[in-house]
Order: sequence, then C-alpha cells, then structure tokens
Amino acid sequence: MPHTSTTEELEIIEAGGGGTPPSFAGGDDDGSPGGRFGLPQRVYVTGMAIGMGAILMFFMAFASAFIVRKGVGSDWQAFPMPRILWLNTLILLASSLTIVRARQFFARGDREGFRHWWSVTTILGLLFLAGQLIAWRQMVISGFYLATNASSSFFYVLTAAHGLHLLGGIVALLYVGRGKLRRLTFATATEVTAVYWHFMDGLWVFLFLLLLLGR
Amino acid sequence: MSSHATTVHHSEAPKGWLRHYIFSLDHKIIGTQYILLGLSAVTIGMVLSVIMRIHLAWPNVHIWGFANGVVSPEDYLRVITMHGTLMVFFVLTTVPQSGFGNYFLPIQIGAPDMAFPTLNMLSFWLTFVSMLVLLSSAFVPGGSSISGWTAYAPLSAVGEIAGPGQGLGQTLWAVSIALFCGASLMSAINFLGTTIDLRAKGLSLMRMPLTVWGWFITASLALLAFGVLLAACILLLLDRLAMTSFFIPANLDVSGVLLKHAGGSPLLWQHLFWFFGHPEVYIAILPAMGIISHVLSTFSRKPVFGYKAMVYSLSAIGFLSFMVWGHHMFISGMNPYSALTFSILTLVIGVPSAIKTFNWLGTLWGARIQFTAAMLFAIGFVSLFVTGGLSGIFLAQPALDLYLHDTYYVIGHFHLIMGVAAIFAMFAATYYWFPKMFGHMMNETLGKIHFWMTFVGVYCIFMPMHYLGYAGDPRRYASIESVHYLFRLQPVYIFISIAAFVTAAAQLFFYFNFFWSIKRGKPAERNPWRATTLEWQVSTPVPHDNFAGHYPTVYRGPYEYSVPGAAEDFIPQDVAPEQVAKA
Repeated sequence: MPHTSTTEELEIIEAGGGGTPPSFAGGDDDGSPGGRFGLPQRVYVTGMAIGMGAILMFFMAFASAFIVRKGVGSDWQAFPMPRILWLNTLILLASSLTIVRARQFFARGDREGFRHWWSVTTILGLLFLAGQLIAWRQMVISGFYLATNASSSFFYVLTAAHGLHLLGGIVALLYVGRGKLRRLTFATATEVTAVYWHFMDGLWVFLFLLLLLGR
Repeated sequence: MSSHATTVHHSEAPKGWLRHYIFSLDHKIIGTQYILLGLSAVTIGMVLSVIMRIHLAWPNVHIWGFANGVVSPEDYLRVITMHGTLMVFFVLTTVPQSGFGNYFLPIQIGAPDMAFPTLNMLSFWLTFVSMLVLLSSAFVPGGSSISGWTAYAPLSAVGEIAGPGQGLGQTLWAVSIALFCGASLMSAINFLGTTIDLRAKGLSLMRMPLTVWGWFITASLALLAFGVLLAACILLLLDRLAMTSFFIPANLDVSGVLLKHAGGSPLLWQHLFWFFGHPEVYIAILPAMGIISHVLSTFSRKPVFGYKAMVYSLSAIGFLSFMVWGHHMFISGMNPYSALTFSILTLVIGVPSAIKTFNWLGTLWGARIQFTAAMLFAIGFVSLFVTGGLSGIFLAQPALDLYLHDTYYVIGHFHLIMGVAAIFAMFAATYYWFPKMFGHMMNETLGKIHFWMTFVGVYCIFMPMHYLGYAGDPRRYASIESVHYLFRLQPVYIFISIAAFVTAAAQLFFYFNFFWSIKRGKPAERNPWRATTLEWQVSTPVPHDNFAGHYPTVYRGPYEYSVPGAAEDFIPQDVAPEQVAKA
C-alpha cells in the first residue's frame, strides 16, 4: 500500500474525537429522549457553551458602548443606584447555590430533594425579576427615565436585556421541573439549565459592577 | 460505500406536505429553502442594480415603477440601500453558509442532520420574516430607507425629519436586521455544535473537507459578530423610537429643526457597525474559499496543495477580521496612530490571503484540469480574488484612503472581492452539487456560456470603476450630470451600464439551466465528478437520514486524488485501506 494513514494521523484521530455511529441509533420520532436520530446528548452541552459565547458578545457590545458613550459625551449624569439591586444580587447569587444543591440531590437519585431545590431556584429567579422591576420603579421615582440621560438609558437597556435572558432561564427551569422532556435526557437538561443559570448570575454581577462603578 | 458502519434502523421523512417541504426539520430541505430565498433576493437585487445603471447612464430616462417614471435622488438612494441590504445579508451571508452549508455540512461529516434541527428551522423562518419586513418597507408611507446598507447615524437615528424613507422605512430596516441577527446567531450555534460533536468516526479535524472548515470558521465569526450588530440595532431603534441619545449628538440641526437629543456619538454607531461589518465581509467569503478549494481539487484531480496551510490561513483570516474594523473609518477623524495600527493589521491579512492564492495555484499547477462549468467558476473566483484583493491593499493605507474613501474605487474593490467572488463561488457550488441535490446534471454548454459572459461582464463593469474612483467620482450620487468635473466621465458610465445589462442578461442562461435541469437534465450518477468526500458516496437522492442507517467511518483525508499505485484516480474518504483497489 503506497499510501496509508501515518501513525501521526491516527493519533490525531484519537485526540480529535468525533461522533460514533451507534450513538445515532434508535432514532424514532416518538418523542423519546434522543429525538429523530438519537443525536448524542453532548451536543446540548456544546450548544449551550457556544450560545453563551454569542450572548457574551451581545452584552460586551452594550458594555463597550456604555464606556465609549460615557467617555465622549459631556452630558453624562450619574443616577442614584437603586438600593434594592444589592438585595437582588444576593438573591441571584443564592439561586446559584440552590441550583447546585438541586443537582447534588439529582446526582444522588433523590427526586424529592431535587424537586424541592429546583423549585426554590425558580422562585428565587422570579423574586430577582420582581426586584428588578422595583429597581426600575426606584429609578423612576428619582426622576431617571429611559431617555432622561444616556446613563439611565444604559441602565434600562442592560437590566432589560439581562432580565429577558434570565426569563429564558426561568422558562427552562419550569420546563425541566415539569419533567416531560423530548430530546434531552433529564441529566443533560439539568446540566444545561444550571450552566446557563450560573452564566446569567455571573453576567449580572458583571453588569451590576459596571453600572455601580461606571454610572 | 464501505460496509463498516453498523446497521441501524433509520427514521422516515415526515409524510405531510407542510412538514416535509415547508416546516421541515431536514437540513437538506432547509438548505434548499435558504438557497431559494437567496435566489429571490439576488434576483430583486440584480433588477435594482439594472435600475441604478439605467439611471446613472441616462438620468432622464423614465423608469416604470417610480412616481411619474422619474427616479428622484431619494429614489436612487432607496434603490442602493435595498440593493446593498438584500445582497449583503440575504445573498452573500445566507447562500454560501446557510444554504450550501446546511445542505452539505452534515453529509460531509457523516451526520444524520444538524445538531439542533428545530433551531435550524427557526433560523430559516426568522430569516424569511426578516426579508419580508425589509421588503415591506418599500410599501410604507415615505418608502424604504435611504441610509445605505451601513445606516450611518445620526441621519439613520433621527427619523422622518432626515428625509423620506427615514421614518417607518428606516425603522423597518433596523427591525429586519435585528431579526436577521437573531437568525444568524441560531444558525451559527447549529453549525458549530454540529461540526464539533457529530463528526463520523475517524473524521479528525485535519481530515475535514475545506468546505467544512470554511463553514466552521464562518460560523465562529457569525457567532461573535452578529450579537454586536443586534446590540447596535437595539440602540438605534431606541434612539429612533424612545428619544434616547446613543448616536445623536447635541445641537443637531436637521432640515432646519434643532433636535432635543444630547451628547450621543455618531461614531459609536460606526464602531459597533464595523466591528460586525468587517467580519461580515469574511462571513461572505470564507465559505466561498472552502467551496473553491474543494472544487479546484476535484477537477484538478490533485490533492489541495498545502491542506494544513489552507486550514491555518482560514483561521488566521477569521482571527484578524476582528481587529481591522477601523479601516472603514480612516476619515472619521480617528487618531492617526490608531489609523496606522488598523492599517498594519489590515495589511497583515494579505499574508494568509496570499498563502491561499498560492495554494490554489499550486493545486492547479501541473494538473490534468477538467474544465467543467463549476471549475471555470472556481478559477474565475481565484482571478477575482486576486484583482479585488490587490485594490484592498491600496485602500488599507490611510494616506490613499483619504482620497479614495467613498469613491467608485471602493465600489469596484468590494464588488469584485466580496460580491462577485462570493457569487462565483455560489455558481461553482451550484454547478458542482446540483447533481447531488436534484439528481440531474446541469447543462455544461449553457454553464460555460454563462461563465464566459459573466466573467468578462463583471470585469467590464467593475474595473472601470477603479478609474472613476481615481478621477474622484463619489459613490451614491444619483447623477453626475450637473457636476462639472465629473460629467466628462459619462461615457464610462454608459460603458459600465451596457456591460451590466449584458451580464444581467447572461444570468438568464443560469436561471433557465437551473430550473430546466431540475426535471429535464441528464440523470446524474451517484458520483458524477468521481469525488472523494462523503456526500458523493451516498445515493441520490440523499436518504432522509443521509446514510440510510449506515454511518460511515472515515479512513483518510478529503482530497486523495491521483494516489500513486491506486487503480482509480480518487479514493473516497470512507474506503478502508485494505479495500483500496491497486493498479
């Protein structure tokens, strides 16, 4: 054989990975986890990681616009930071802990414990959103509306964009909590949701600091 | 096809017409939908460019469809805006990546479908809605936007006061682009996830066809760039609808009215737009580069010269594309040191681009070239890439760009390298993959006539534009009749217009060939080009799950042509070493 794969290439294959044919097996369109072709579950984890990259760029665009706009405009007015944001931040941080707790129970096979802590996380998420609305209210009371100043414009844009993304997380929490899944296994669903939830938490801390220190 | 894969039962395509052809989850149907969407967009875009050329050459000719047949300067701006937006977003971004990529990436990597089929369907339908919103803007009071496809603030941000079309038309433009961003992001997640996780056994990264590399890197760029444009569109919409001042400076007087906005920065829009806009150029051209490498290798019957260098240079171009956006803004008053940095980084892109060109020529060197229509378009691409790329080196230098910025030189440059080159890749892809997609061959003679007329035509259109640019002719002027120093260029205008009409007419050969061949073309064999990659090893039409349950194992790189000692001049990727027939 004049042309065969070299050892070096074979090693790349070992390292490079790639799907294995049997993992596509058993793909009835019957709604069982795995979906049409029984795609491997890891695609959902990969997909979430990639999606977070996109979301990060979206928020970085706002953040850099914030910094540039503050730097070039001579009209920048600092707004009083709504007090409740501190509490909201604590609530969201706590929800990251409770979702970790929920997954620990899940790993142990304790469905009850899992369901309990999963619900607590969902409720904390809803509390955070309610708190954000109160923060908007506090902004309005101190006279800062969306178009009052670029600083408050950014406040509303950043909190709204984050809130909508977090709402997506809450929908995922409720959906997974309901327990009827189509393509994902339960383990994947909880993992992907938790990863996203931590990301939303970390993102909020970043945005909170940006608003707090940059306003 | 080798029989190494395990046999598993595969699912059937859904039976209903609506779920099979319209709301399909099958990547092949979705890819075809994208291609047809792009074909509609390119047809409208081409008609608009013919209107522009009629008006530029003969400004007083009445054109059907305009008020009293007269094309006003605002109408002309509307036409260029719609032309640019349709072509950049719905043709160049959509067809090579979402169209051909959707159709062939899963097959080329041995996967049954994209990783997220529902997301894939949503991406398409969101793109469709986005295009409808854009087109609908032509039918609202004031008409569609006159801002150009870059929608520079502040005139894109202040509303109706900035001119007809800057009201609801511009709002719809921004909404359309925001929707398009969402669709592109979802599509990028799908492409990346699929390539990372669903490759067949044995298909290591360095065994992927260069098409897959092109789509993979393009998806990475789209993932990082479209989020930024989405953010920019949201801020633009807020400026327009909610009285914020992100992009509108204080004391701005528009049409004699002093605006109430304060302190915004029009340059902020330019930064955000071009941070997306420059990667966007590569989003259009990187899939094209992949397709061209693929087609050149097949019809040269030779491996791609320097496969790894091709992969690394693709990656390098993708990486650098995020660092050069400032070269669109040399005349925006930026610090000359910043301009110098952007200039040097831009020139650096010439290095991986030159590597690619060198390797394409290396692939052709000493080959027994088969001059099929697909191959002609691929070679045409290399020609256009060189011509269009060289003028880029001029534009990358601030001192020259100060003069050439916003002239026809820029129009000539980016049409050759981004527009026509990418379209040549789409033609090459169509002629090349048509047999697999529709089970029939396209007519080669018509294809060759189409190629030669288009090839000569586009050079006749865009080369003279470089001279117009040297002569100081600004882009976006509806007419140069009343501009004394430019009016002597009118004969060049007429020449370009005639060349444009002939080139547009030549596309009729393509349309006819395409639609006629779908049903009436010569029936295609499974592997008519005797190619090596996986899409040619499966039956035609491609089964619903692509491999009818027999998922392939890959044993070799993608371009094993003319391997010494082998009986055939190509060895498919899924043929085991011990099964290769010896001469």
